[in-house]
Amino acid sequence: MKKKSRSAPEINASSMADIAFLLLIFFLVTTTIASDKGLSILLPPKNDQQLDVKMKERNIFKVFINSNNQLLVEEQLMSVNQVKEAAKKFISNNGRDPKSSESPQAAVISLKTDRGTKYEMYIAVMDELKKAYNELRAAYMGVTLAEYLEIENDSKKQNAKFEEAKKAIPYQLSEAEPTNAGGN
Amino acid sequence: MSKFSKKKKGTPAISTSSLPDIIFMLLFFFMVTTVLRETELKVQNRLPKASQLQKLEKKSLVSYIYIGKPKDTEKYGVEPRIQVNDALVTPKEIPNFVYAEKDKLDEVERDKITMSLKVDIDAKMGIISDVKQQLREADARKVNYSSVKAVEKE
Repeated sequence: MKKKSRSAPEINASSMADIAFLLLIFFLVTTTIASDKGLSILLPPKNDQQLDVKMKERNIFKVFINSNNQLLVEEQLMSVNQVKEAAKKFISNNGRDPKSSESPQAAVISLKTDRGTKYEMYIAVMDELKKAYNELRAAYMGVTLAEYLEIENDSKKQNAKFEEAKKAIPYQLSEAEPTNAGGN
Repeated sequence: MSKFSKKKKGTPAISTSSLPDIIFMLLFFFMVTTVLRETELKVQNRLPKASQLQKLEKKSLVSYIYIGKPKDTEKYGVEPRIQVNDALVTPKEIPNFVYAEKDKLDEVERDKITMSLKVDIDAKMGIISDVKQQLREADARKVNYSSVKAVEKE
């Protein structure tokens, strides 16, 4: 009898790919990529007696969203994408226009909503206001907006210049109690 | 006549044995980068879009509050509700939840607790301001409105 030189038989691994695919798809479907990002705010401390804060009218930038999701900025009807420019103009006024803010440090944005205001609209406006501040700070630091956001989100990249910009243009947003229109 | 017998030429089988390895690599990537859902959502949760996002720094200091229309509308109605952990609560119960969450943290880190509000885009501001009022009451003043990254229009 002739001895056959036998090589090890090849194992068919093509079904392994199918199994791995199945597992992969299972994980893709069942898991959610955690979204741990958002717009941060700091709530005012709880106070029992109403503090009477005296502020000049010219330093307050009033933004109001009613229960029909209409936007009123400084007594003017506006659309969402106009808010940013108006806010930037107001913050960086530096006392030129007597009706606008005296300095970025003094400028405060007051945001007021109705109980019936849609959350989506509120976030859209908050985002625009934040963008106004971020763009001003980015311009102050001499970087682009994208670069600024990167610096803000990475504590390793934060430097003296960032702290300076934060101090020169502080993010001051105050939220008033909502009015009752529109129900829950 | 010919010395060389003609070899049978069939197309050689393509080795696919490295394919599973590639797929497994993808699989492990997804397994590592994703987190399993911690709580079963009882409310609808479509997050709003925003562009100026800030990262939440320390995961361990973050507690989540979900607000939205209940999924089980026959049992809970259609009005937006608040969910913490696995239960639907009224705004009045939020301070207790905050205190419980704070108790889990180290004493030095208690003031740094951040509440992440995951609110459905269809919710109204009324319920959110109620929640914010209660958070102030419980002295959890750092709040983050969770949202997803919007694509720039410009």
